[in-house]
Amino acid sequence: MKRISVLFLSFLLIVTSLIVLPGCNKDRVVLNVFNWGQYINPDLLTKFEKETGIKVNLELFETNEHMLAKLEAGGTAYDVVFPSDYVIEEMIQKDMLYKIDFNNIPNFKYIGDRFKNLNYDPTNEYSVPYFWGTLGIIYNSEMVDEEVDSWDILWDEKYAGKILMLDSMRDTIGVALKRLGYSVNETDPSKLEEAKNLLIQQRPLINGYYVDEITDMMINGDAALALNWSGAAMDIYWEGAEHIKFAVPEEGANLWFDCMVIPKTSRHKAEAEKFINFMLDPENAYLNSEYVGYASPVTSVFERLMEENPEIADMDAYNPSEEVLDKCEVFIDLGDKRPLYNQIWTEIKVE
Amino acid sequence: MKNKAKYLAYPYIVWMAIFIVIPLLLVLIYSLTAGNVNDPSSLSFSVESYTRVFDVMYLKVIWKSFKLAIISTVFCLVLGYPVALIISNVKAKYKSILLMFFLVPIWMNFLLRTYAWMAILSPNGFLNRVLSLLGLPTLSIMPGQTAVVLGMIYNFLPFMVLPIYTSLSKINRNVLEAAMDLGANNFITFLKVILPLTVPGIISGITMVFMPAVSTFVISQLLGGGKELLIGNLIEQQFTVQRDWHFGSALSIILMIMILISMAVMSKVDTDNGNGGAPTW
Amino acid sequence: MVKFLKRFYLCLIFIFLYAPILVLIVYSFNESKSRGHWGGFTLKWYGELFRDRDIIKALYYTFLVALLSSIISTIIGTFSAIGIHNMGLFGKNFALNINYLPVLNPDIVTGVALMTLFISVNMRLGFLTMLISHTVFNIPYVILSVLPKLKQMNKHMTEAALDLGATPAYALRKVVIPEIMPGVITGALIAFTLSIDDFVISFFNTGSGVTNLSILVYSMAKRGVKPSINALTTLMLITVVILLLLINKRTTKGDELLP
Repeated sequence: MKRISVLFLSFLLIVTSLIVLPGCNKDRVVLNVFNWGQYINPDLLTKFEKETGIKVNLELFETNEHMLAKLEAGGTAYDVVFPSDYVIEEMIQKDMLYKIDFNNIPNFKYIGDRFKNLNYDPTNEYSVPYFWGTLGIIYNSEMVDEEVDSWDILWDEKYAGKILMLDSMRDTIGVALKRLGYSVNETDPSKLEEAKNLLIQQRPLINGYYVDEITDMMINGDAALALNWSGAAMDIYWEGAEHIKFAVPEEGANLWFDCMVIPKTSRHKAEAEKFINFMLDPENAYLNSEYVGYASPVTSVFERLMEENPEIADMDAYNPSEEVLDKCEVFIDLGDKRPLYNQIWTEIKVE
Repeated sequence: MKNKAKYLAYPYIVWMAIFIVIPLLLVLIYSLTAGNVNDPSSLSFSVESYTRVFDVMYLKVIWKSFKLAIISTVFCLVLGYPVALIISNVKAKYKSILLMFFLVPIWMNFLLRTYAWMAILSPNGFLNRVLSLLGLPTLSIMPGQTAVVLGMIYNFLPFMVLPIYTSLSKINRNVLEAAMDLGANNFITFLKVILPLTVPGIISGITMVFMPAVSTFVISQLLGGGKELLIGNLIEQQFTVQRDWHFGSALSIILMIMILISMAVMSKVDTDNGNGGAPTW
Repeated sequence: MVKFLKRFYLCLIFIFLYAPILVLIVYSFNESKSRGHWGGFTLKWYGELFRDRDIIKALYYTFLVALLSSIISTIIGTFSAIGIHNMGLFGKNFALNINYLPVLNPDIVTGVALMTLFISVNMRLGFLTMLISHTVFNIPYVILSVLPKLKQMNKHMTEAALDLGATPAYALRKVVIPEIMPGVITGALIAFTLSIDDFVISFFNTGSGVTNLSILVYSMAKRGVKPSINALTTLMLITVVILLLLINKRTTKGDELLP
């Protein structure tokens, strides 16, 4: 009997220590960062840890909708999250974000003025710009020998099976709406119905709906055309695939801004602000933009990359011209029309 | 001993109540309510999640899941039974080695195996490379339903073979000899003696293939390119993207009921041989 | 002729089963990252594997959770099986039916249900929730393995031991447990295997940076696979083959170790 109790106790001890061990460094602050895939330079995280002693836990999400669902479900304690414009609007409305103390973020002065006080966060109290860009078509110029200037090409039977679309509700539905000449923020059910039918028509022609897989697939030559964000094209360009190009169609596209926010689940607001400030430091923002490929809102960084690589100044994927910018719309939060989009998106995916 | 021993189970009964019964009850409750999940006071009774499932669109998804699962199960049965038969007839010293090598893929991680299949079937993957080297036209199997079915067969084939093999190995050699003595040839012996005796194994195998096949979302996600949505994907989407826990719960309950019905049907066919209702391995 | 056909068919099936794994192994030696071209022979991905923090972390958690949950579930499962075995008919059926729910349910339903539980009590998703989830689906399999052994056991043996003056605890230790040990070990192995391989239930019930191998491969399959995963596949294959060879040597009947 004694032996059993000794064994049992020692077992209990081992089990408890094994369970407790992983959480041992509780005195050391750990920052939980929730970001898009391949959207931050890992060396920067190490640099941040070295400079501040704060450990960073990076978790990834695929789309804004994934991120929101995770946050709303609960059971998480993220400190810094990277949502897009329309999502920030929703999050502010739902009181999910802390107001940022900009006294802790002196580097905010490096951000270009055109990125401040945008309509999703008019008083600019909740968000700090991170990257920005456009939505467009990435294409392989060796497989596509015609001019890419319209969304129609994504419906071209010539490229059947070689077209990739984004597994992202607003972006893909937005493209169909633009092709029909409507706004990407359209809420008229009959117009949305048209967009839906267009996308259902497109289904047999596409390879699939993806997000992060697209860059690899384009580089590998698995597809000829892909709907994707501008920075992904830059990322591919930096990998050396110069035959892969980017274009924003004439019908217009989407202009987006991704920002850093601090959700109310955070338990380390001060450290989160430190992190945000760190990312805005011009040197760090440069390293980030160089690695990730996307365009930085930090003016000096944006220009420095163009100085060092003059050819990208003409690339719409990095420096969209005024012409292109005029044709682009920013997403706004759909409010109570969200279920309408959800329903349509499900119908498209399920077909 | 008897009276006291049963108390050993009581802690577990509490555990089951907390971790098995309550979670399922919660899912049931969510499926029968509407409102904001984070705010319990806003929940109100509603069957709208269930009525939504009866929309043609979702019924198509359910039908597709069943269709693909049935196809995979049939293939697994047709391909797997001969394997079990052959291995069970092999000389004893080779039997365990063969069986062992058959088991190795199961022990390799399920995700890795599915990913490996992606590497072969993708447009620039191994299969197409070999085909183009041989001058043959390339196939665009992936992503698509064929790729999903292939993935299912690949992942679940060993689970069909094993129970059948176990059934086969339990057959008394004397019975077979008796059949032969009575004038039956190999084929009749198989049909009238072996096959019926392996029915428990077949049922077990079908269960172990059909159930994961109909509820998978990984295989259809990775090999279907986001185009082939099965029930599993629908449920996953409700919880990870669509934020509609009510609908997701309703789908889960329906899936659960369908599986339980299928199993009840199958156990009617099989006569329980006292294993406490457990699937025979 | 028939023999040849049999061998040929078996060969085909084995090729079908192993081809994908072998392809990954070949790629693990490929200098080029791309799945298309062969860039030359290299061992560098193996080195990368050991330097990759994400992979090592995933492996660490995978093994830790599998080990812990199989130990915990074996202990709870064995004692509960003994308890259930000694219950009256009504109680026994009731307990068994509920016990088998995680086995019968598709794992997505179990995973989602557990997640609902954890979230509704505001528990943070992480290591503990993952451990609990694994234990929940492991225990039924342990009970499944132990119960038949209990049934097969001669019940008069325990009575005899008690008659001879043994206390119930002593009888338990010296008579019952040794008899059912094969079932206990099988149960533990099954629990361990299921845990190592689990994806769906872990996917819904983890967070805070706790991940396992399956979740890692899933996110890689969507995000662009690191070639070191191919190296991992090779190493896994070698480990599994060695393990199974060892187990095979120690048991006479090959079907003792059916998972």
